[in-house]
Amino acid sequence: MKTDSSKSNLPDKSHATIELLRELVAHLRQHRTELREEWARRITEAKLLTAMSKDEIFAEATSVYDNYVEALETGTFEALQAYARNLSERIIPRGVQTDEVVGIVLLLRDVLARSLFAKYQTDFNLLNRILDAYEPAANRIANTVAVGFVQERERIIRQQQEAIRELSTPVLPVRERLLILPIIGVIDPQRARQLTEQLLRGIRANRARVVVIDITGVAAIDSHVANHLVQTVEASRLLGATVIVTGLSPEIAQTLVNIGVDLGKMNTVGDLQGGIEEAERLLGYKVAPIQDSAHQVVVAS
Amino acid sequence: MAVPILKQSHYLIATIQAALTDADLVELRDALVARVGKFRSRGVIVDVTALDVLDSFASRTLRDIACMIRLRGAETVIVGIQPEVAFTMVQMGITLEDVPTVLDLEEGLAHLERKSRH
Repeated sequence: MKTDSSKSNLPDKSHATIELLRELVAHLRQHRTELREEWARRITEAKLLTAMSKDEIFAEATSVYDNYVEALETGTFEALQAYARNLSERIIPRGVQTDEVVGIVLLLRDVLARSLFAKYQTDFNLLNRILDAYEPAANRIANTVAVGFVQERERIIRQQQEAIRELSTPVLPVRERLLILPIIGVIDPQRARQLTEQLLRGIRANRARVVVIDITGVAAIDSHVANHLVQTVEASRLLGATVIVTGLSPEIAQTLVNIGVDLGKMNTVGDLQGGIEEAERLLGYKVAPIQDSAHQVVVAS
Repeated sequence: MAVPILKQSHYLIATIQAALTDADLVELRDALVARVGKFRSRGVIVDVTALDVLDSFASRTLRDIACMIRLRGAETVIVGIQPEVAFTMVQMGITLEDVPTVLDLEEGLAHLERKSRH
């Protein structure tokens, strides 16, 4: 058998393969209902796709099954690829994981293989040839679906990263010539760079003289980002703006001292309130309560 | 290309209008140092708004100008560094440490006013 299948009579062999696949597809079409049910049952049994209801699983299983058989029949994967992408788009927001998707496709492969074993158990030779035709196609299908899912997920992740980046660096004017840049979350080198660009452009557009960078929302900082921060402060100074950094957490303060970043030129104030007060002092503002309300406070107390 | 130097009451204003060769920069430096004495100026403004790159020689010359003008008894301020230029300079380690820099010409004049009032 082995020597038979490895004979180098290629066109003949592929012709035989097509024949066998056709037979296979006919078999799968014929037993569509029970195979599909068996597959859905095994998905539930394996506790896959727990985010979806039984009916939903069955509905998806039906269309995956049909697409699967069609891919086997035609030998083209474009339709399946498109379907996999479409399916991923629908199930990713529901928290379906990669291992689940790979798991269900492998389950389907196994269910179909079992049915082939059952059908051809009397003719071992034919079974072998059927499997020779079935396995590469089935593996390729599993591969296509899994890759489609992962690609879709990566696309969504990229999209979200982009959205987060756009949202995450607001440069806010609070008074004439005073900007605030609140930074929240993780700063990676790319975000640090974008932040700096936005800040420098903001300084120019608003003719800012003082900038308060608040990093209360930053949990950790590494040497690269710390250096970038220092560079941002210096670049702002070249544009004529003084930078005040506020909200350094104890951890970040320790990190900065440990990695030996030169903060001599950096203006740091404990919290955002202090930073704004310092900025107002630099700009020559003086904030005083209105006489009346001061009076009211005295009366009330 | 020579840089025009304008006299505006107590101040000298040098507006760089295109990329300068090293020789032009040295010429600018010499002209400023000479004129600050001739006109008894209190301050010098060097406007680099038109430059989209400030290399290490240009930066060093600007710093030299600031130091020399200070020795001649006046103040220097660099105005109009573009955001991209500023960041590139800092990344190259050029920070113009002891030279005052401000956003634009208007700020530069205000800065010199403040300085000379003190």
